[in-house]
Order: sequence, then structure tokens, then C-alpha cells
Amino acid sequence: MIRIANGQGFWGDWLEAPVRLVEQGPIDYLTLDYLAEVTMSILQKQRKKDPDLGYARDFPPLMARLARELRERGVRVVANAGGVNPLACAREVRRLAPQLKVAVVLGDDIFERIDELLARGHELRNMDTGAPLSSIRSRLLSANAYIGAFPLAEALATGADVVITGRCADAALALAPMIQRFGWREDDWDRLAAGTVAGHVVECGPQCTGGNCQADWKSIPHMEEIGYPFIEAEPDGTMTITKHPGTGGRVNLATVKEQLVYEVGDPRCYMTPDVVADFTSVRLKETGPDRVRISRAHGAPRPEMLKVSLNYAAGWKAIATLVYSWPEALEKARAADRIVRERLRRLGLPFDAVETEYFGVNACHGPAAAPVEDPPEVQLRIGVRGEDRPAVERFTREVVPLVLSGPPGATGYGEGRPQAREVVAYWPALVPRLAVQPRVEVVA
Amino acid sequence: MKIPVGRIAHTRSGDKGDVSNIGVIAYDERHYPILTREVTAARVKAFFGTLVKGDVERYEMPNIGALNFVMREALGGGGTVSLRLDAQGKTLGAALLRLEIEADEQELGNPA
Repeated sequence: MIRIANGQGFWGDWLEAPVRLVEQGPIDYLTLDYLAEVTMSILQKQRKKDPDLGYARDFPPLMARLARELRERGVRVVANAGGVNPLACAREVRRLAPQLKVAVVLGDDIFERIDELLARGHELRNMDTGAPLSSIRSRLLSANAYIGAFPLAEALATGADVVITGRCADAALALAPMIQRFGWREDDWDRLAAGTVAGHVVECGPQCTGGNCQADWKSIPHMEEIGYPFIEAEPDGTMTITKHPGTGGRVNLATVKEQLVYEVGDPRCYMTPDVVADFTSVRLKETGPDRVRISRAHGAPRPEMLKVSLNYAAGWKAIATLVYSWPEALEKARAADRIVRERLRRLGLPFDAVETEYFGVNACHGPAAAPVEDPPEVQLRIGVRGEDRPAVERFTREVVPLVLSGPPGATGYGEGRPQAREVVAYWPALVPRLAVQPRVEVVA
Repeated sequence: MKIPVGRIAHTRSGDKGDVSNIGVIAYDERHYPILTREVTAARVKAFFGTLVKGDVERYEMPNIGALNFVMREALGGGGTVSLRLDAQGKTLGAALLRLEIEADEQELGNPA
């Protein structure tokens, strides 16, 4: 049995979590999932400004902080901290923690090869809209294929203490140690599915140990010291989700089920580069306090196409807010919205979208929101988006003036006018597996 | 009688681009048949009205007593493009707790 923990659910997650996972009990592997869909484009911009950046900057100092304990306790790290610059990330880890052996997985970045792929007839159509990539080619900022777990396992086989990847399937971080330690083959579909299901359950960290859990949320103990999850993985594909004894939070059927359904499409076909896992095949059982066993996972052969995460520049947006107080707060906010929209119309500004929400009334749930009667306060929230930066800049001047020239009782403008922000949009597409050549490098 | 979904189920929602999914999970797996009968894709689509511009598809997960609703064009463009406060659909699952469904006393039973 091996213990595989996840200490970060996204870049910006609790800094203490990985340290506590290492210090509060035995684990064999520490995975850290830093990359959300849009993170890659942010990192791409950073690398453009400075060729030594473009990775999760939290990661090297964390490795320096943990280096001694990782070696003493025999804990190995697998992290997608590399972003769009895994080699620079690895060099910084080596600089700050020279005692650690570091391996990187390269090959996910196919940005430089996009034109070649298009020329060969791969259209890289948007998986959601069906539009061909050629329609936004000139605005493309980054292109990264999702790498599977086998190259990561190969990196672990070099004996590295720390394996750094760029874009890889989230669940691959946890699956890789199982492949390497248990010697699973590329067609062990059921076991690969088992590791993938468990990897999916822990990939958002504490979202499977009681965080963001609706079921009986008030009774979940000590969220201030919530235990991040780890998998107890068996060579036969039996997985137990648990956390260190004495930590806060909870692991039970409800907390694991909520994460099992999180950000899933067709649950019979959860696709990764390694396997198509059937989430409807697994059986869950509480086997002790804060322990849930996952068994009987079924997997089908891996897909021939790999998912690619592309990002492109998609214009500008700004969101302006103003708060109206009781009485008739909602009516006042609606009146203010009408005034702003009329002024925008008279200015003739070109926008692709203008959206108004009433925070306190319908901003979360829209038309499905529970009705409220004369709320004590309402925040008017107007957003615009468009290709024309000056138009978006001009919009940012059009809301605050209503403090003097609109309905009575407006406040909450202390931050001044909002910033126009560049929109970096996400473009999911598929490429043939053979177009992506992952490789492992040990960084001296 | 009419009960809200939240009486027999909990939910979690999230995003993939402009797609939001909601998992609806029976607290007691014996109530799963009520969910499959009452919480249809059409009802979920109607419940969210203009918020969800695309199709709603339902998937069944009898192994954990859950339904998964995949809602397209549900997030105002999604991710960084969306102008919505909840651009990632984190709270849409909670909204669905309020959906009213039919269930009789007998099938609700007394969960142990």
C-alpha cells in the first residue's frame, strides 16, 4: 500500500496544507495541483515578460521549506508547478533546495507547432462551440496538451525526489506513483481507472474532506485546521480516501460523493490521456472513521485523441458596482441600471455583452433565486465586454457619477472606478496522440 | 405532497468552460428513484430559465444514488469571459435545492 496526498487544489490554495500533510502523519507521495484552465495563459504572459518565469512561484520556496523533511521521511513530490516553463521551475527548486533531485516532464507545450498542425489538416476545433482554431489563430497565447500519467511515472523511476510537469491531466499526478510502484501496464484499464477515480477525488484537495460540502455542513468539525486528503492505494486497484487522524474536516460517503460528481460530464466516460474511467462502476463504502473505500472501478481503452488547452486574447471587460440602501433598494438599483444603459446607448459604444446583476437579490442564482422582499441593501453590478478597449475604458467612467445624478442612497464607490481588464479566453480542442511527444529530463 | 429537492438530496456544482454541471445526490440511496422520476432535464432547464441558454443533459449514477446535470451555455461565456459574479457556477447546485418535487409519505419513509 502507498499513501498519495494532495496538498494544493489550485494555485492560491492554503500555504500550510502541504507542510501539514508531511508533518502530521505518514505519506509516501505529495502531489500539488496548481493549474486551472486559465492559469496557463497568465503564466504565458509572465514568461513573455521574463523568460525565467511562467511557473507556480509558490512552489520552489515550498520545496526549500520542506526539503529536509521530504528526505528524512522519504516523501516524493509530484507537481504540475511547471506551468509553461517547467525547466525554469526546476532550476529554481535546485537553487533553493540543492539536496533534492529534480526531474521534469516536457512536451506538453505545443504552441510553437500549432501552424504545422493546422497545415497538416488538424483544425483544432473548439470542443464546445465547434469553431475552427483558424478563426482566432492570430490571437492565440498558449497551447498545452494534457499529458498522461506514464511520463510522470517514468520521471519518478529516475529516482527524483521532485517531479515537475507542465499541463497534465489532474488525476495523473496521483496515478503516476501507482503506475511506477505497482508496475501497472498501459492496458491495465480497470486499475488505471481506479487510480484515476481516486485521483479525481483528491485533486481539489479539501473538497473531499469536508470543504465546500453541503451535507450537514454545520457539524463538520474544525475547518480551521482541515485535513487535506490522501489516497491509500493498493496494487489491486482498491483505493481508500482518508486524512490524517486529529485533523479537522470529515471524510464520509457524502463528502466523497460530492467530489466524485464535481466537474464531470458523462460519468460513464471520464476521459483522461490514460484511460476512459466509468464513474458509475465504482462502489463506495465507509470502512472506518474518516475512511471511504473505492472499489470495482471499470476502465475502457484510452482515447486516441489528447485534449489541448489553448488560450487566446478575447478583448476587454470591466465590472462596475454601486450599492443602494433600503428603502426600495432594488427599485433604485434597477433605475440606476436603466440610466447607465441609456447613457451608454447615447455614447454609441460597441460592446459584445452588457450584463446586470443585483447582488443581494439574484447575482448567484439569476431567475432561479429565492424571492426577497425589500432587502436592506442591494449592490448594482454592471459588466461590459468588447473588443474595443477605449469603449470599455469609457464605460468605467459611467457608473460612479450616479452617486450624484441618480436615485437616492447610493454608496460603496470608495474604490473609485473599476479597471478595464484584458480577457484571456479558453479554447479546448483535440489533437492526435502522436502529435505530442512527452519526454523526461533530470535537472542537474 | 410537494417537497424541495434539498429535503432528500445535496448538490455540488462547477464549471468546464461555459458548461456547468450539477451533481444531485440522495442523502439516502432509497430516495434515488424519487430523484430519477422527479428531477428531469426538462425541469432543471425550466427552473434556471434564461440563466441556462443551451441544452441540459441528465446522466444517472445509480451506484451512488446521484444524478448529474450537464448544462451548456450556462455561465455567460464561462471562466474569464463571463461577466457574472458566479462565472464558475459554484452556487448553481445550491439554487436547485429549492426545486419543488412530488413525493408521498410512503416512499419518503423513515430513513434509518
